[in-house]
Amino acid sequence: MSELKRTALFEQHEKLGAKNIGFCGWEMPVQYEGILKEHEACRNGAAIFDTSHMGEFFFEGNLLFSGINDTTTVDVLQLPIGKCKYGFLLNKDGGVIDDLIIYKAGEERLMFVVNASRIDIDFKTINDQLHNGVFTNASDETSKLDIQGPNAKKIVQEFVPFDLDDLGFFSFAESEIMGGFALVSRTGYTGELGYELYVDNKIAPKLWEKLVERGAVPAGLGARDVLRLEMGYSLYGQELDENTTPIEAGVGFFVKYDKHFTGKEALLKQKEEGAPRKSIAFKTNSKRAPRHGMEIHQNGQKIGVVTSGTFSPSVQSGIGIASLDTKLFDKEATLELSTGRKNIEITIEKLPFYSKK
Amino acid sequence: MIKKYSNEHEWAILDGEVASIGLSAYAVEQLGDITFVELPEIGAEADKDDSIAFIESVKAASDIYTPVGGEVVEANEELENKPELLNEAAETTWIFKLKVSDASEFDTLMDEAGYKAYIETL
Repeated sequence: MSELKRTALFEQHEKLGAKNIGFCGWEMPVQYEGILKEHEACRNGAAIFDTSHMGEFFFEGNLLFSGINDTTTVDVLQLPIGKCKYGFLLNKDGGVIDDLIIYKAGEERLMFVVNASRIDIDFKTINDQLHNGVFTNASDETSKLDIQGPNAKKIVQEFVPFDLDDLGFFSFAESEIMGGFALVSRTGYTGELGYELYVDNKIAPKLWEKLVERGAVPAGLGARDVLRLEMGYSLYGQELDENTTPIEAGVGFFVKYDKHFTGKEALLKQKEEGAPRKSIAFKTNSKRAPRHGMEIHQNGQKIGVVTSGTFSPSVQSGIGIASLDTKLFDKEATLELSTGRKNIEITIEKLPFYSKK
Repeated sequence: MIKKYSNEHEWAILDGEVASIGLSAYAVEQLGDITFVELPEIGAEADKDDSIAFIESVKAASDIYTPVGGEVVEANEELENKPELLNEAAETTWIFKLKVSDASEFDTLMDEAGYKAYIETL
């Protein structure tokens, strides 16, 4: 077995008594004091997550003639400088190689933020489609700290030289934190007001400690998974993979068809003919949590499988996302979750499961 | 009364012919915040090591195996609304009680010192 990689914050996690797990080749904190407490901190205070395992690429060159705009579903020509956008890197069949966020830092400069497990394949897939321009992988030097929650602004403001009120949702600024370069982005994976800070590994440990001192509660991947699922956000490897299109995963609305991108023909065909699978969000209406891999039944037969599931502290119910066979799905009939022990009735819900009052 | 432990991290306290069954603090610590307990039905018959209850935390799910066989005579219904009681006091919160069919099964379990030594090896 190959050694798990560690982020620049590993020692900080150890000091805080984190429980670690292997996640996509990385040794990452799954929790510190407990998932419920960390979840609560994010919804009502501020939580801080180490997401340095994620990948960052930079592109410099002509956005039109380099071919970069054809590599993903994001139209970087239309994107204003200082804004970022969520989208997909697809294969020819429309399957999702990765979901990512692209930042437009200048007329000829982009940053890509990708999933840890997909760094190598993403880099190669994009690089192979470029005619010119300079494409670099900065993942190993870059740390990423996410501060999320209603108190995030107050905490982060102390560390940046500009007014955070000027930063709208999915906007970012290249700035300075503690004397080093920092990209400050008003994004996150929790549904809360929050910021993602991209900094050099050398600054990260000190910055982490200071943010924790100011009241950001360290939170692990366990809480992060519950928070994102309460919002209905997809997780690569669960809702999304190379055999699933964004349409099948229920995130087709992120795709705009007014420019070329790899996989476009396959998606257009699916839009016209209908997709073989569809995604639903559901509640168990009890504290029983659905789990990844459990079967969904209807009229006595299996019609799909749970891609993500958890107990939601915010709605006090089990919640999940499932991928169903479109042809077998019957709108009228009762849906059941097969827990292995027994079948329980579930109800389809609109996303997000949780929204602020 | 003596408390004994199984390999699967359940504890049992035998009082006459009735055994109270709970989950060790070590097991609960591993599971994290408990969110759901599925209790066995009163009157259900179970053999030693049968999975007769079920527990979930925010991050994981686990079967509860009865460390001794018998008939379920009581289930701790308070846990249905307050599963977090297990996080607060695992070693004193029983989950169900059994009328034991063979008391010698209790003797095969580990005592506290034995269990402590066992979890050191994990």
